[in-house]
Amino acid sequence: MTGAAILRTEGLHKRFGDLHVLRGIDLRVAEGERIAILGSSGSGKSTLLRCLNFMELPSAGRVFFHDRPVGTEETRGGATAVRYRERDLAALRRRVGMVFQSFNLFPHMTALENVMEGPLTVLRRGRGEAAAAARRQLARVGLEDRADEYPARLSGGQQQRVAIARALAMEPEVMLFDEPTSSLDPELVGEVLGVIKALAEEGRTMLLVTHELGFAYHVASRVLFLHEGRILEEGPPERLMKAPREERLRTFLARFSEFSF
Amino acid sequence: MDYQWDFGPVLRNLPLFLEGLAQTVRLSATAIAGGLAVGLALALMRLSGRRWLAWPAVAVIEFFRSTPPLVHLFWVFYALPILAGISLTPFLAAAIALSVQSGAFFAEVYRAGIVSVERGQWEAGRALGMRRGALMRRIVLPQALRRMVAPFVERAFELVKTTALAATLSYGELLYQAMVVVSRSFRPLEVYTAVAVIFFVLLFSASLVMRWVEARLSRGERR
Repeated sequence: MTGAAILRTEGLHKRFGDLHVLRGIDLRVAEGERIAILGSSGSGKSTLLRCLNFMELPSAGRVFFHDRPVGTEETRGGATAVRYRERDLAALRRRVGMVFQSFNLFPHMTALENVMEGPLTVLRRGRGEAAAAARRQLARVGLEDRADEYPARLSGGQQQRVAIARALAMEPEVMLFDEPTSSLDPELVGEVLGVIKALAEEGRTMLLVTHELGFAYHVASRVLFLHEGRILEEGPPERLMKAPREERLRTFLARFSEFSF
Repeated sequence: MDYQWDFGPVLRNLPLFLEGLAQTVRLSATAIAGGLAVGLALALMRLSGRRWLAWPAVAVIEFFRSTPPLVHLFWVFYALPILAGISLTPFLAAAIALSVQSGAFFAEVYRAGIVSVERGQWEAGRALGMRRGALMRRIVLPQALRRMVAPFVERAFELVKTTALAATLSYGELLYQAMVVVSRSFRPLEVYTAVAVIFFVLLFSASLVMRWVEARLSRGERR
């Protein structure tokens, strides 16, 4: 294992009513790792990502941030349950950035204001300092000239790049990308992947749920294959994607190469 | 149909009508401001996810929505002094009763607006590390308020007309002044026509202003 673990999960389970989506996930994310999570829809890959910054609360198991468990164990009437306080979750999320499939930019703010919002409201930076930092982040994703546009006036690819800048402005230790290109027109996918690749090359720690197998192959340092809420196979991309051991993974990969030319 | 219209008494008592109009505007403005504050508090309580906050809010909202405003006025003005030893001026009694009564309606407008903000917006705010207060103030309410303008204006108009009930507490608003003029001049037709015209001019100009405000707000959002 390389580097210290930033995030770690132990026996993570997630149920939505009768639906048992995650069935015991043990995962360790070391500093500098770029982890791609693959799996067919319903395999639990997005849910796993969303449990790491508590967009979903785990039904069982624990998440550790820098080896400290998130949430407090409380025993009431003999039963032990983990209690997640808003304050603790907010503190974690400040250091873990997330980029959503549907961008979720704030429509009432310009691109610049979107990027400033976290530092301004959560980190309580001054307006001037936040604006200058936000401009640097926008420049990094190639959008300094669109700073004063409202999201509705930006293309999907541009919106997603602003969303990435918004997450980066918090200077997070880990970035979570939840299918960042899945709702983009094909010709806009490249510009977003380009930005993510640049972040990967800087050595940034990231987890990426994606259907872009080629991208995962070239950018990830490790690939996980999820099936029915479990990590079925994991390893470096060359090994996992060129010589998969599990039959399920072989079928999964075959479906993507069916129409290659 | 040979009624002889004579607006002379109305014109001669114009200062009384203007004084009444001023009091109507004063009471309306106070009750709207109070109602917006009470409504926001009730809506946030109802949406807090905490039962001990949500249930009292629901009780207040349902009670005031389902009982006549005249009863609320009487209750605050006549019952509070007896039950709690609190004696209020007609203005204060009317302002409090109408604030709470309209707050119950405003609360539902707020709630509908807040709930209409997409889940992704809440998640994006949370993912940045925002807590509930900041999330409401910075992300949810600014978007919700834009969608609430039209129903708010609707309720505010309703409220302005309801202030006429304060005449029953002998509060010197427009309708009360009109009753004074009627008792002097015995010209109810002319006097109440004048009252209708004044209300119409007041609310119609307010409606034009609000239409302009709404157009500006939606320009800002550019959805």
